[in-house]
Amino acid sequence: MEFSEEQLKRYSRHIILPEVGGKGQKKISGSKVLIVGAGGLGCPVGYYLAAAGVGTIALVDNDHVELSNLQRQIAHSVKTLGVNKAESAKQTFEALNPDVNVIAVKERISSKNILDLIRDYDIVVDGTDNFPTRYLINDACVMLKKPLVSGAILRFEGQVTTILPGEGPCYRCLFEEPPPAGLVPSCQEAGVLGVLPGVIGALQATEVLKLIIGKGSPLKGNLLIYDALGVNFRKVRIPKNKDCPACGSDPKIKELTDLPEEYCSI
Amino acid sequence: MEDIKIDKKLDIRGEVCPYTLVKSKLGVEDIEVGQVIEIILDYPEAAKSIPAAMLNYGHSVLKVEKINPKEWIIQIKKEVED
Repeated sequence: MEFSEEQLKRYSRHIILPEVGGKGQKKISGSKVLIVGAGGLGCPVGYYLAAAGVGTIALVDNDHVELSNLQRQIAHSVKTLGVNKAESAKQTFEALNPDVNVIAVKERISSKNILDLIRDYDIVVDGTDNFPTRYLINDACVMLKKPLVSGAILRFEGQVTTILPGEGPCYRCLFEEPPPAGLVPSCQEAGVLGVLPGVIGALQATEVLKLIIGKGSPLKGNLLIYDALGVNFRKVRIPKNKDCPACGSDPKIKELTDLPEEYCSI
Repeated sequence: MEDIKIDKKLDIRGEVCPYTLVKSKLGVEDIEVGQVIEIILDYPEAAKSIPAAMLNYGHSVLKVEKINPKEWIIQIKKEVED
């Protein structure tokens, strides 16, 4: 691929970075990223990846834009109230960068469709709001050996980790099973500072771009915890669990299942 | 003095910053380590900023020469992989 004059201008600040250059920008343009959830996290992740020129971005969400989303879900607007979130975000990202092929998948992700959805993508981003889906995405990525950049937010605190199946621990190495329903409150119950998913989503997008260009150290084997009130970033090491039910030496999870949906939604 | 073998020539006359650097950087990416690129340009700022940036990337600047009142040539030897 040769850059057009327009692309040279659009990506000039990337191209002059020694770690990116023309080679790295071409890798970015050739990459395919799937984002599960076009909400608080999916919006900034997709926004920055579209700006960076990621060639194909798929957004998976079957929910519709509501007024209560607009405090933090920055790809949507009053003009797309009632519109499917994946479709609403697709319009925003395409307006930012027409180079990018944005695919809106207006489905709820489940054990039935997840493997087919993620199979053709290079990297998966978890921007979901509930534990059953978080564990489902983890298990599917472990099965297909897909890099997964996971993020979570609540109140004034967020977390990010990068899971590289086969190279480092997975989400189940950290917590084998999801917490019982109702133990961890949802954003709907507990609230979330609107800017928090922006911080965590920007960190996830950074991890994705680093994986694509192959530079720096991924957040593998570490959980990065951000406390907005105290302004603390803590990196907590996650050891790989050899008995992990998903990625251990003799994994118990051999097929995907859907956990009951009595969990929250952001 | 022995003439330097030029492996690639790049004409960026008419370009301004930062595209002078963008195109020079891409030009250097197109040659192999040990090869030399000669860049001709007419944007005065770039006659200073491109050699500085190339040194920063780890390459050698073999020549910066004002060839007439409005144009410069710069020779860069690629020293490191991109």
